[in-house]
Amino acid sequence: MMDRSLIVAGCIFGLLLALPILLPVFGAGYLTGLIIKAMLLAIAAISLDLLIGHGGMVSLGHAAFVGVGAYAAAIGLESGIENILVLLLITLAVTGLVALVTGTLALRTSGVYFLMITLAFGQMIYFTLTSLAAYGGDDGLTLWSLATLFGSDVVQNGGGLYYVVLGTLLATWWGIYRLSRARFGRVLRAARDNSERAEVMGFPVRRYRLVAYVIAALIAGVSGLLLVQHAEFVSPALAAWQRSGDLIVVVVLGGLASRNGAILGAFFIVIVEEVLGSFIHEWRLIYGPLLVLLVLFAKGGLSDLFAAKPVRRAAQ
Amino acid sequence: MLEIRNLNKSFGALKVSRDISIEIGPDQCHALIGPNGAGKTTLIHQISGVLQPDSGYVALGGQDITQMSVWQRVQAGLGRTFQITSVLPSFSVLENMAIAAQAKAGSSMQFFRDAATETGLNETARATLDRVGLSDRADMRASDLSHGELRLLELGIALAADPKFLLLDEPMAGLGRTESAALITMLSQLRNSLPMLLVEHDMDAIFQLADTVSVLVDGSVIARGTPDEVRADSAARAAYLGDGMA
Repeated sequence: MMDRSLIVAGCIFGLLLALPILLPVFGAGYLTGLIIKAMLLAIAAISLDLLIGHGGMVSLGHAAFVGVGAYAAAIGLESGIENILVLLLITLAVTGLVALVTGTLALRTSGVYFLMITLAFGQMIYFTLTSLAAYGGDDGLTLWSLATLFGSDVVQNGGGLYYVVLGTLLATWWGIYRLSRARFGRVLRAARDNSERAEVMGFPVRRYRLVAYVIAALIAGVSGLLLVQHAEFVSPALAAWQRSGDLIVVVVLGGLASRNGAILGAFFIVIVEEVLGSFIHEWRLIYGPLLVLLVLFAKGGLSDLFAAKPVRRAAQ
Repeated sequence: MLEIRNLNKSFGALKVSRDISIEIGPDQCHALIGPNGAGKTTLIHQISGVLQPDSGYVALGGQDITQMSVWQRVQAGLGRTFQITSVLPSFSVLENMAIAAQAKAGSSMQFFRDAATETGLNETARATLDRVGLSDRADMRASDLSHGELRLLELGIALAADPKFLLLDEPMAGLGRTESAALITMLSQLRNSLPMLLVEHDMDAIFQLADTVSVLVDGSVIARGTPDEVRADSAARAAYLGDGMA
């Protein structure tokens, strides 16, 4: 089972590595942009899956951390900081701090209350971002200068941004893979299974959940930073609760606690949105029923299509 | 080993613990009995840290643990089992033990090393499985175990953390005669090395295992002594043991 997930991951990453070579339009290509978009969505979704799939914490405010990360980078850029490593540190520091404060409060609750409080924090962050008048307010902000790596454009669209995003996706995949199998991931899963039991095994459950929450937020923040580099634009819409909902759809569609699933889910959503959107304006009319069908017939998510066992139907 | 001193607890006007004092020495098995509503569960909650007493204190091995949270008390050496079986259902039987051992084996804020291959944890887990007789169930999902096996797993989880003291909340609940007898045998071996507080309705178990007994009625300990003394105590008989139960 685990081997199979590594094989699927190998195929996915091999394909993503080769795509720019296969695509004749590398560089300014429309497809390249689409794939970058999907990979960034996948990074945020994998981080959210750490909370939902492994931790049993359904957050409806995760996109807010993408927004916080993006704005931290954008404001850094506007203040004249161009080194991406410095911007990365700023992004991590700001996102981590926001996650630490909101997580400490949100994790006093669980279940549907956790969902509500993360939604509330997400909306607070969203409205905070819309009120940043100096940085475009509601409309967002176009960035005229982008980050460089010591003056090199390797981290920009024209340069090697595709590979930077791919590398980040790979690092996220690998990091969460190790983490979920390590002692930390085991405690997190124990708390999801039976939090009272985990506590009576001697684990301060809330502390472990908070660490997971902050880690997930940091990863989402990094995806925000890269999103700024790719879109060359930042707007509060990144942090809106609808975006958090999209992330949950990606996670559930892909399959819980499955990193490959999150990648497949992200690509599925981005491609379906693009394809359907290109020939029908009311594409969501098709998109909705499609999601319903997928959830009904691939109960374990897209990752189940590649799993060893056939798809399990709901026991009637 | 475990010392409960002048514990008081009220919920509003209802006094559920009235000046309860119990002292359990090393290698001693103390049983707590009492009719439903006597305040046994509230007392257990105050010992395990779910509830705070209004006054009085709980000490484990000479250390005051009254202010500690649930997980800190476990770290301090208080093992417990639940009246209603509580395990990690999606974990394998072995992994249930291994994670219990993990809590006592250094920090669990470890993010890279594969926990399933940690030999130290797995050895403790297998040894504990042996002790509770579940070795041949090691790779099964805990949710696939029978009720009797789950009770053993639950005991194993408590033992895997190498506790100094064991709090057993109705370990015989729901077990058949043969399963009960097997568990009593197992506990009677344990009690030679591990002090325990046994909350139980099963009189067979109490008379076989307990060195001393406290009878809790309406939040007060109304009688205490050896099982035979308690059986002879008129107040205890009237409150609880009467009607042919002894």
